[in-house]
Amino acid sequence: MSPLLLLILLPLAASLLIMVGANPRRTALGAALLNLVLSVLLFARYDLHAGGWQFVSEWHVLPNLGINLSLGADGLSLTMLLLSTLVTFSALWIAPRIEKREGLYYICLLFISAGVIGAFSTLDVFFLYSFHELALIPTFILIGVWGSGDRQAAAWKATIYLGAASFVLLVGLIALYLSLPSGIRTFDLRQLDQLAAAGTFHPASWIYLLLLVGFGTLVSLFPFHSWAPPAYACAPTPAAMLHSGVLKKFGLYGLIRICLPLFPEAMQQFSVLLVLMLIGNILYIGYVTVAQKRLDWTIGYSSVMHMGYIFLGLASLTVIGVHGAALLMFAHGLSVAAAFALCGEIRRRTGTLDYSELGGIGKVTPVLGLLFGFAAMASVGLPGFANFAGEILVFFGATFSSIYGPAMILAVIVGVWGVVVSAIYMLRAYRSVFWGPIAARWETLTDITPTAKWSVILLLVPLMIAGFYPQFILNMVGTIIPR
Amino acid sequence: MNTIFLEFAVVGLGIVLLLAEAFVDRTNKDYLAYLGSAGLFVILLLSFLPIQGPAPGSSDAAFITSDILSVFFTRFLLITTIIVLLMAPGFKPVLARYLPAEREGAGVGEFTILPLFVCAGLMWMVSSIDFIMIFVALELATITLYVLSTYLRQNNASLEAGTKFLILGALSTGFFVYGITWIFGVTGTTNITALPHAISLLPESSILPLLLGIALILVSLSFKIGAFPFQFWVPDVYQGAPTPVSAYLSVASKAAGFVVLLRLLLALETVPVVAHKLYAVITLLAGVTLIFGNLAAIPQTNLKRLLGYSSVAHAGYLLMGVASLGSLMAIPAIGLYFAAYLAMTLLSFVVLMVVAEATGGDEISRFNGLSQRSPLLAGAMLLAMASLAGIPFTAGFVGKFMIFEVALKQGHFGLVAIGCVTVAAGFYYYFKVARAMYWQQPTEETAIPVSMTVRILIAVLGAGILAIGIYPGPILAALR
Repeated sequence: MSPLLLLILLPLAASLLIMVGANPRRTALGAALLNLVLSVLLFARYDLHAGGWQFVSEWHVLPNLGINLSLGADGLSLTMLLLSTLVTFSALWIAPRIEKREGLYYICLLFISAGVIGAFSTLDVFFLYSFHELALIPTFILIGVWGSGDRQAAAWKATIYLGAASFVLLVGLIALYLSLPSGIRTFDLRQLDQLAAAGTFHPASWIYLLLLVGFGTLVSLFPFHSWAPPAYACAPTPAAMLHSGVLKKFGLYGLIRICLPLFPEAMQQFSVLLVLMLIGNILYIGYVTVAQKRLDWTIGYSSVMHMGYIFLGLASLTVIGVHGAALLMFAHGLSVAAAFALCGEIRRRTGTLDYSELGGIGKVTPVLGLLFGFAAMASVGLPGFANFAGEILVFFGATFSSIYGPAMILAVIVGVWGVVVSAIYMLRAYRSVFWGPIAARWETLTDITPTAKWSVILLLVPLMIAGFYPQFILNMVGTIIPR
Repeated sequence: MNTIFLEFAVVGLGIVLLLAEAFVDRTNKDYLAYLGSAGLFVILLLSFLPIQGPAPGSSDAAFITSDILSVFFTRFLLITTIIVLLMAPGFKPVLARYLPAEREGAGVGEFTILPLFVCAGLMWMVSSIDFIMIFVALELATITLYVLSTYLRQNNASLEAGTKFLILGALSTGFFVYGITWIFGVTGTTNITALPHAISLLPESSILPLLLGIALILVSLSFKIGAFPFQFWVPDVYQGAPTPVSAYLSVASKAAGFVVLLRLLLALETVPVVAHKLYAVITLLAGVTLIFGNLAAIPQTNLKRLLGYSSVAHAGYLLMGVASLGSLMAIPAIGLYFAAYLAMTLLSFVVLMVVAEATGGDEISRFNGLSQRSPLLAGAMLLAMASLAGIPFTAGFVGKFMIFEVALKQGHFGLVAIGCVTVAAGFYYYFKVARAMYWQQPTEETAIPVSMTVRILIAVLGAGILAIGIYPGPILAALR
């Protein structure tokens, strides 16, 4: 039994058990815990010297078209899988008590988890796409039923925008497939990599644009980002954690796996375009975030803003930049998931996330405040957290990029300034919520429960380990060097 | 064994059941539906035996053929009819309400038997290669469908549906015959496979009348498959006709129309002067049908009407595949799309039938809170809607994937771009149903009972959607 297949099947099996009446929370947590243990084991047992794809297994689906369910992982995949299982377990653990339709709630979360795990562990581009789409309907249901705020509009916007973008992506993937010479058409990443390495495969640039728009929208690249902040802000906490922490990284993963090796010329050709878009992310969205007056919207917009840094790493087309981007993917996933988790805890206690109404609750919820401080500082890029390591590598990569030019210089300057901007809105959020005078009605708030505390610590500890010793992640993501 | 025996067996089964209905004294007529579907299932199994078509040179060979297209779609039609027959017992309460009740169970028997004749007619239609034969089979199927769609005599909507269908259908049949006349007049043959040779012998001046004949036939076929601008009968007829009949129209009648269209195009492919124009027209039809079907479905609040517009939209996707016939994978793609379409459309109609009966109407708002009243029905409908929208791991996605692939391969970039936009539109109106089921609160909290037959139908169709979505290989192989 392929370990990767087990990783995918465990959440699906748990969903089936819940459908026939098992205890939803316990079944889901059991499957997520097993997945977490399994992914840590796989991470540890990955042979760094051998490199390449390991734990490979294959099932034929449509061999004539080159579509097969091939599973395999290299260092980058295993890092992403570790991120996925960490965030899944933490999200399920911190999920609040659901009175009605608890089964449906956990089934939706498990499907999102299965989809994202499948996407990160497959070697076939067709299934890469398909597994990601598995998360679309559960998101629609989760936000619509258990969300907060203007949840119906947020759910519609996210679903239709993501559906349209995913079909643009599909057209791009089919076009890529069709641009291969007809005898060797395949959707298999390994064979595509070999073709790219042989230097004989030169797909058209417009295909790269389709893929960029498709994947970019999934990652909320400016200007295709407007679905993300409402969706994250209005989603129930576990869904927001999974989406902003893990699901978003899928688009970046797709860009690293498909666009970087196969479209080097096109990426150079359109690098100015990409840089302008990511400057939009960092600068424009950064300032929009500063203008937010609610914590959930702040974190939602901030997660869109930080995607700009990861794109900068990719756009630099340097080894350091791409490694930094991968590390930042891991780090951001953990930090934003922690931030949303704590945001959900605050909302549960106070019922509001408006800065004008909150204030000083750090006096009565010190541990919650401390953890939020950690998450906020990680997001800003304080050294000691992996986010800093990732951002530094991205800046170095961009500065020493071979496509160094005015656009890239501007991007680096904007990126560094973006750190200041993110400090502004994060510190303001931290101060408005936790410091200052406390209103009378908040004096009776209870501090964070042990369950929630440990779910957030589960996210923050790997973040700090990677922050002080990023090499263990960089060694893993470094296995993509040859491509 | 000759393939003609399959159609004769179906007709024979129908006649036997009619006699049984007349002479066997039972008020509960469900046994007719079960016997009919069992008989059809036997015929379906027989179709897997090695059967030959008519011997070449025999008189039958001028009319009937047995190629991969006819074999695949014969089985397709048999499966569709089996499922529609199994829907009939669940539809009894509606029949009892809208038929004048001289005796108990009046009219139920014929309702379950008439689809057999429609099936036979459509089976002949997909196997025939002669225009006259197609016309005769078309008439057998369509006239029976007129009767079926107006079956609820005391329901105004059903009467209106049947009348509209009759008048517009008769008009389109008139176009069909007129087109055949022109083609026969110009080429001297009504055999589709003999057309290329006959056309090659024609002088230049005869091309225009030939094109007129082909255009008239194209108009008639567009009516049959519900392509814009001949789709105006579809929403009204689907909304008014009895639900099993709407399901049958949506799947089987459309399939037969497409097969005839495919035969015509495959024959004319080898005639460049005609083929070029024909493909241009088909591409245009595909584009406008896609746009119209999807956009018109957006404001719909009645699910039956929405499914009618959605069937127009799916005709658009299928036409995209037909426009790409130059590729070898086009016919497998179309066949796969039809297989997916069968499963997902019939599943949505089955759930619609049960819910409409339980809640007293077929507006989307009747589905409010269905996930709490019946998780099984809601889950089944969600699967059907996901498949219709094109979510991966469902049959609808692989169908769309294959169609987009052959369209891109043939260079139909405009169509693919339109397809992307319309898929997004589809997400909206299909998810409207999901929203009603999962987000909204139900008006009553009582559970909706689901009979065993319907459970089996849901299980089979749902499993079919997932199976085709995950492992479409066998279906593609059957049509290569």
